Amino acid sequence: MLAVEDLITEYGPVRAVDRVSLRVAAGSVTAVLGANGAGKTSLLRTITGLVRATSGVVTFAGEDITALAVEDIVRRGLAHVPEGRGVIAELTVAENLRLGGLWRGRDAAPVEEMYELFPPLRERSNQPASRLSGGERQMLSIGRALMGRPQALLLDEPSLGLAPRLVAQIMGMVRRLADSFGLAVLLVEQNARSALSIADRGVVLNLGRVVADQDSSQLAADERLRHAYLGF
Amino acid sequence: MRRSALLRQSTLVRSLGLVVVCGLVLLVLSENITDYRNTQLAEGAYFFAVLAGLTLLAGLSGQISLGQGALMAVGAYTVALLVGNEQWSLVPALAAAVVVTLIVGIPVGAVASRLRGPYLAGATLAFAVGLPALADKFPSLFGGENGLTINPPTPPSWLGSSFSLERWEAWICCAGALIVLFALYNLIHSGVGRSMRAVRDDEIAASLCGLRVGRTRAVAFIISAGCAGLGGGLLAEVNQLAQPGAFPLQLSLFLLAGVVLGGLGSLAGAVWGAALLVFLPNWTNDLSGSFSLSGNVSHNLPLAIYGVALIGAMVVWPTGIQGGIRTLTALIRARLSARRRLRVGAAPEPSGPPSSVPPSADGSG
Amino acid sequence: MTKFIDLTLNGISTGAIYAAVALALVLIWRATRILNFAQGAMLMVTTFIASGVINSTGSYPLGVGVALLSGFVLGAVVERVLIRRIESAPPLNAVIVTLGLYTLLVAIAGMIWGNSPRAFPAAFSLRGYNVGGTTLLFTPNDTFIVLVVLGVALLLALLFRATSLGLQMRAAAFAAEVARLLGVRVGRMFTVGWGLAAVVGALAGVLVAPSVFLGPNSFDAILISGFVAAVLGGLDSPPGAVVGGIVLGLALSYVAGYEGSALVPLAALVILIVVLMIRPTGLFSAARERRV
Repeated sequence: MLAVEDLITEYGPVRAVDRVSLRVAAGSVTAVLGANGAGKTSLLRTITGLVRATSGVVTFAGEDITALAVEDIVRRGLAHVPEGRGVIAELTVAENLRLGGLWRGRDAAPVEEMYELFPPLRERSNQPASRLSGGERQMLSIGRALMGRPQALLLDEPSLGLAPRLVAQIMGMVRRLADSFGLAVLLVEQNARSALSIADRGVVLNLGRVVADQDSSQLAADERLRHAYLGF
Repeated sequence: MRRSALLRQSTLVRSLGLVVVCGLVLLVLSENITDYRNTQLAEGAYFFAVLAGLTLLAGLSGQISLGQGALMAVGAYTVALLVGNEQWSLVPALAAAVVVTLIVGIPVGAVASRLRGPYLAGATLAFAVGLPALADKFPSLFGGENGLTINPPTPPSWLGSSFSLERWEAWICCAGALIVLFALYNLIHSGVGRSMRAVRDDEIAASLCGLRVGRTRAVAFIISAGCAGLGGGLLAEVNQLAQPGAFPLQLSLFLLAGVVLGGLGSLAGAVWGAALLVFLPNWTNDLSGSFSLSGNVSHNLPLAIYGVALIGAMVVWPTGIQGGIRTLTALIRARLSARRRLRVGAAPEPSGPPSSVPPSADGSG
Repeated sequence: MTKFIDLTLNGISTGAIYAAVALALVLIWRATRILNFAQGAMLMVTTFIASGVINSTGSYPLGVGVALLSGFVLGAVVERVLIRRIESAPPLNAVIVTLGLYTLLVAIAGMIWGNSPRAFPAAFSLRGYNVGGTTLLFTPNDTFIVLVVLGVALLLALLFRATSLGLQMRAAAFAAEVARLLGVRVGRMFTVGWGLAAVVGALAGVLVAPSVFLGPNSFDAILISGFVAAVLGGLDSPPGAVVGGIVLGLALSYVAGYEGSALVPLAALVILIVVLMIRPTGLFSAARERRV
């Protein structure tokens, strides 16, 4: 569904993404792991088009999307939940959700569906999003991304700043979404342990380069790798 | 301890050297140009004084002021009142103009330090339009619409009887400009200058480091006010007149344009900006005069060209003239060192005498 | 007493004009974070166009309609061609560009239509209402002005709160990058924002032209007052622009009436400073927490 081939992203003289290749199949979760500064966020931003790739190809549903604008990539069904959640604080919860589905028009998911998935949002539907807690914001931004009925979901560090119990909940939800909607999920995480618990595959980045690309259970069992790059 | 004393000394020495060199250049220039050009030199010099202060305020301290024209008016009227009514001599009157504008700058700076971005722009805009209205409110003191006139300054006798008035005015204005250059150069490279930059870049971080944000911003305002006051006082001297019509809102706006076009945050940029303010109106007039066109078109063409120049310059050179020069010299230097590396086959060290152009004042390298 | 009523009503009607200009400035600020110094010049051009249409066809509504349409086109074109290029530059550059645009538009207007101010027709009667024997300074045309501006403000509020377009425009204004990630065509939203702002400005132009006469520099003072009103109300707040405009109009009307018009610019300064010292981001601004 989503494929990245030999992607290079440079910020001036710094190469943040160095010849990264990976594939994400529909209905599966691929975790992108690594320390701070390894290039994980840059990779995601390049895929979505927020940053221009220096070279390499990004393919989505068989189409080359490398040179497309962000809005056009998103309108092809690739949803990106940014780092820090990106909840629009000045809009209400309901407005945030509606916004996510506008580009889909009539085929967008009904807001009610998101309230079913994330019950805490229902009570706060008319409150400005600035009043939400961290966990609620994460639910909002995922729900918002789902409004457009995407085929792929890119998540940038959803566990950041959340309590461990919430993290487990969010991760469980992501897995269920991949399974029930057939989404291709690319999950960027510093919290490798929780990410690997729900992922099918794990890709480890270090200094922009792929140092491991394996089945997630294999990755979790490889002690040397875990100690070197993942911190546990 | 000794190292910082040495560094302090070196900025002082550098600035003195700069002032001496520029002074000599201006002296030679003034000797060899016509009276008309000397008047333009005087104009450029007092514009530099104002622009240097404004580039400190807007560039180094990050505060947009649309009110420098009104502050120039304060300086101009101070000089006109002291020289015209009270028969003061020129230098004390100019000093008084600076002091008065500094004092006016204190409440202005106090207010301004609490405002940010467009709100500051709005407040200074209201100031620029509101202050000159005082001249109409107290016509007996300020001479109303016609303003106050003063007699032209006479060159001292020891310069000889053939020393023209225009050349003397140019000397006075250049002296003022050099004083501003010296003062601001030292300020920019001092701890105060660094504080300003820190507050501009990240207020919260700066205050967490113990910098007094409000006070730093107010100080920048007060200093820029003093510079504007000096410039205004010199303007009154050169034009022998201080009237509200000479300080409309447009003046403040074009001062800002001069600073940005010249290169925000650098004293060299203030020089280019001053040159632009002096020459661009003439060039646009000459250019439009060269086409023989009907009344309405020829009347408005200079203004149209001016507008296009402002727009075009911002689109093509966002960092202004000084920014463009810096990019160019960096390119040339890179080219030269690459060539040297090829020839010698080893890494070169930076060599050569320090450039006499003052280094960039915005600290961003 | 009659004087007080006269001044109050006059203040409301001039305040409505300031509110309209302030609204245009606020729309552009919210959308693209730019202070449009050329707003006055833009509405001057559209008013000239309206004048031309009215003179050649004799129809006032047609003239106004063309003014609004040309306003939208002008605003959209300026955003697309000019502002798009400097969006990533430091904010001062945008100030200089709009300043250059102002100069250019004034010059072009002078070239096409000449520099001497001309008359512009009013929509309704300019004779004051007769209330119990005394003639007020407030005219039916003034009533029209106030109603139109309030109506436009309400329409805009409706647009932003209740339509998908409005939601997208707000999203693009508050968080452009996030909006992109939600498929919003942010560039198009900016263009529409500028077009809408120019339409509001064009409306203000045809409403105020009968009293200031139409010339290349006739609208400079209105722009300054609109600017002060926008800052007063809070640049992020359309309701603030309307309130700021009315408040400023009233205050300046009283000052001009009781102290003379020479003090008006000074009064505007004092009012602005007093408000900003209490609320440094305008009357209607939300206090924004600063994230460390």
